[in-house]
Amino acid sequence: MFAYIVRRLLYAIPILIGVNVLTFALFFVVNTPDDMARMQLGARRVTPEAIEKWKREHGYDRPLLWNAEAGGLGRVTDTVFYDKSVRLFVFDFGNADDGRSIGHEIRSRMWASLAIAVPVFLVGLALYVTFALVLVFFRASYLDFWGVVACVTMMSISSLFYIIGGQYLVSKLLALVPISGFAAGADAWKFIVLPVAIGVIGSIGSATRWYRTIFLDEILKDYVRTARAKGLSERVVLFRHVLKNGMIPILTGVVVAIPSLFLGSLVAESFFGIPGLGSYTIEAINAQDFGVVRSMVFLGSVLYIAGLIATDISYTLVDPRVRFG
Amino acid sequence: MRLCQSLSRSVLVAIVAMACTITLAGCGKVWNDPYPAAERGENILYASFIERPKTLDPARSYTSDEWEFVAQIYESPLQYHYLKRPYELVPQAAAAMPAVRYLDATGAEVDADAQPADVAFSEYEIRIREGIRYQPHPAFAVDASGRPVNLDLPESVIRQRFTLAEFAPFGTREATAEDFAYQIRRLASPRLNSPVFSHMADYIVGLRELGQALQEANRTLVERHVAERGAGDKGLPWLDLTAFPLTGVTVVDRYTYRVRVKGRYPQFVYWLAMPFFAPMPIEADRFHAQRGMNDGRNVTLDWYPVGTGPYMLTRNDPNSRMELERNPHFRGEIYPEEGAPGDAEAGLLADAGKPVPFIDRIVYAREREGIPYWNKFLQGYYDRSAIDSDSFDQAVRISFEGEASLSDEMEQRGIRLRTSVGTATYYMSFNWLDPVVGGPDPRARKLRQAISIAMDWEEFITIFQNGRGVPGMGPIPPGIYGHREGEPGVNPVVYDWVDGKPKRKPIEVAKKLLAEAGYPDGRDAKTGAPLVLYLDTVQRGPGDKARLDWYRRQFAKIDVQLEIRPSDWNRFQEKLRKGNTQIFFIGWNADYPDPENFLFLLHGEQSQAKMGGENRANYLSPEYDRLFRSMKALQNGPEREAVIDRMVRIVQEDAPWVYAFHPMDYRLLHSWMGNVKPNQMARNGLKYQRIDVAGREARREAWNRPLWWPVVAGVVLLLLTLLPAWRAWRRRERMAARPPAGQAA
Repeated sequence: MFAYIVRRLLYAIPILIGVNVLTFALFFVVNTPDDMARMQLGARRVTPEAIEKWKREHGYDRPLLWNAEAGGLGRVTDTVFYDKSVRLFVFDFGNADDGRSIGHEIRSRMWASLAIAVPVFLVGLALYVTFALVLVFFRASYLDFWGVVACVTMMSISSLFYIIGGQYLVSKLLALVPISGFAAGADAWKFIVLPVAIGVIGSIGSATRWYRTIFLDEILKDYVRTARAKGLSERVVLFRHVLKNGMIPILTGVVVAIPSLFLGSLVAESFFGIPGLGSYTIEAINAQDFGVVRSMVFLGSVLYIAGLIATDISYTLVDPRVRFG
Repeated sequence: MRLCQSLSRSVLVAIVAMACTITLAGCGKVWNDPYPAAERGENILYASFIERPKTLDPARSYTSDEWEFVAQIYESPLQYHYLKRPYELVPQAAAAMPAVRYLDATGAEVDADAQPADVAFSEYEIRIREGIRYQPHPAFAVDASGRPVNLDLPESVIRQRFTLAEFAPFGTREATAEDFAYQIRRLASPRLNSPVFSHMADYIVGLRELGQALQEANRTLVERHVAERGAGDKGLPWLDLTAFPLTGVTVVDRYTYRVRVKGRYPQFVYWLAMPFFAPMPIEADRFHAQRGMNDGRNVTLDWYPVGTGPYMLTRNDPNSRMELERNPHFRGEIYPEEGAPGDAEAGLLADAGKPVPFIDRIVYAREREGIPYWNKFLQGYYDRSAIDSDSFDQAVRISFEGEASLSDEMEQRGIRLRTSVGTATYYMSFNWLDPVVGGPDPRARKLRQAISIAMDWEEFITIFQNGRGVPGMGPIPPGIYGHREGEPGVNPVVYDWVDGKPKRKPIEVAKKLLAEAGYPDGRDAKTGAPLVLYLDTVQRGPGDKARLDWYRRQFAKIDVQLEIRPSDWNRFQEKLRKGNTQIFFIGWNADYPDPENFLFLLHGEQSQAKMGGENRANYLSPEYDRLFRSMKALQNGPEREAVIDRMVRIVQEDAPWVYAFHPMDYRLLHSWMGNVKPNQMARNGLKYQRIDVAGREARREAWNRPLWWPVVAGVVLLLLTLLPAWRAWRRRERMAARPPAGQAA
């Protein structure tokens, strides 16, 4: 397994370089360093000298990808791309355009993102799997039919509707929790409960349908008939045998999502005033802060790759037949 | 075993119940309060911010969002009178208004009414108040022998500290004229990129030379630093701004300094009311320049302001919450004893002569979305609110006569509406360099005039601004010296004065002008080709379609086709810089309440395409430019008024802009807010405002009583719905054999 993991990590290097090149190219197609300088310096009374000065101070006064004037390796290394990208591989994210340390921001903001994302993930997973198994239990009945109809209906509603509707109902009409905001420590619960509930409810339709499909594939297999023949209750059959055998497709979707929980939710964080990483990314895009954008994209890629490797490893834990070649 | 399980379950239930009880008890009578329970009953103003400030350094900060904080912390020499209108400058950190002397080229004093050509320099002498002290800051901390303890810290110590509080002990000292002079030097620092450096260097004697000297010195320091420590190292060595001369700024004594500006520049006093000229202690600059402070720690003057104002920043978390608290060393100021007519009746002079500030703390919560922000205001969790278009109909009712009043819902809550005309002008500009719509040629002028008449801005204000605007007659907005009300102020090219009101000229007049311009019925008289014009805009989303359609319809009224050329903000700015536009829509907010700050937008020497200035229309009129130079140097009075009138008339005739509208600012206040008067120029008015804390608490409780029964009813309903499923489950679990397929439950 160790050799497999090392091999996968080595595969990740060209992928991360590719992601970096792509991010760099896409960003600078839309924004020139001059645009970035103007965004930081403001629209009033900005002189060309001030723009040149900003670019020089922030390292954007060099060619982007290829420095024809430099000699030897300098043609590649004396460029904006090399300067801004190579340190990412040791997780040195540098500073944002406003001078703040990106690493420090990520470390301080990820806890707010996790405070929402982890409960949504855990509560949601338990709830969706349970609902799906209940629907499988009542398969081909009116309960299953109306359950699926409810799932499709809920899938069709925009997540924004859940957020705005939830805020209106729970915070405004019922006045049970604050509409938005965030606090650390013991006060956090009252800010977390509504976004978590909305996060769970918002995905109930699609997730339950997906798990139901997985479990329906399992429910007709021989081992289920055997379990029933042994006299096991349907609860044990479903929650112990069917669930365990349905884990491979579940893990494919679930484990890969775990590392990405750090990255937070773009829309929910904005509406609930959660100072997490989702809103950090959106702000950076709006502010044309390339340092933050590339760091977040890089981090997202690393976490995704980590998630994929973790998924592969998790297969061996739930299915002894899986071996790494 | 079973007993143990039962007991542990009971204990668990008891713990959960206790935790719930304690938690809910902590919520008090209202549960949706977003603020800590410890803040209830405190004299705190709650406000919000959308964008995190980029910097709070007074030499760099130049946006209204940033000045919301900066203006409470730093004290410039002058400020705007809180109540008087038109806006009037009064001393703030200064002991009196600056004394100005005019000098000729030899340095000899000349009369105040000397011709502008005879005045080589104006010298402003500013005497500051004695006893102004800075907020507590580690840069001022000294040991028993009076030596600073925090200005020469080892890098290893700095690297272990991440906030200013960790640099205790704190200290303070008196602000002196040296600090004001030092801040002017900071405007020239190559490490700060002050947005006003270029402009100020045009006026303050020696500032440009200081900038060049500092640039050179900085380059040498940086090169040496890179050679020693590599390019990636952020710990640049200290750049001593006092090591080079600044001939135009002289410190006369501990409390007096002089600033010499080139020529006659009466507008300089307005700059003295901005944070760019607030005092900065050199120790603070030295403290933050220590190696390790700027290495991703953010312990910089951008994030830790050090001022003499009524408030100091005590929490700087721009991602969620920023807090200002009373500066314990504030010099003290009293509430104005005079105001504008009607202020006494409005209760705005009830606190006259009392010491300010009245509010202990100001909490700014970050609120990025309009819906939560608006609902929290209605719940009483924000003390004041702007009105966006989504909530306008809920908040305001516009009468048939166009008068704005509060909706019944707002009235019932005791909310009050404050309206004021913004010191801003929005305009649709023609590019003077464009061969079709630009230039002084009578043909192009008539085309511009025709379009000016066709654009019905009264309709635009009604549809897209919810009535919040005043149609533009010229570049100068109401409230600024030189703006004319009534018939003298009407743009005669676009309006007739009928029955005591301006009336837009009929569309036939526009069509006639269009025909005279060579485009009868919207077609080129020579070629017969339809006239197609191009509007560059950053409005390109689905929400902008109605507005863009409206533009097209206005042009279609005179049979001119309008093509929209959408682009993002960067490309739009680039087009403006290069003069690659034909028509575009843009606006300008006043820096200071002087007509020069609007009329310079059409000054030929400010052409954006040619000189990189703010004249985005690239308008050029030799007569206007000559008058502008004269107007700029004149003091307010009949002579200046006449020059301004002439300038306005020129640009009304030439029509380089279609004068669209001056926006109106609508603000809502809760009943517990006192002493609030909109002031478009000053941002430091929070020190005058007050809060009835008990009234706020009572209303919050009344408006936010938690409702539990719908939740309980919902849970019961859900359980009832699930009951048949539960019974079916139980029945199937007990069945002896599986029922035939398709016969579930």
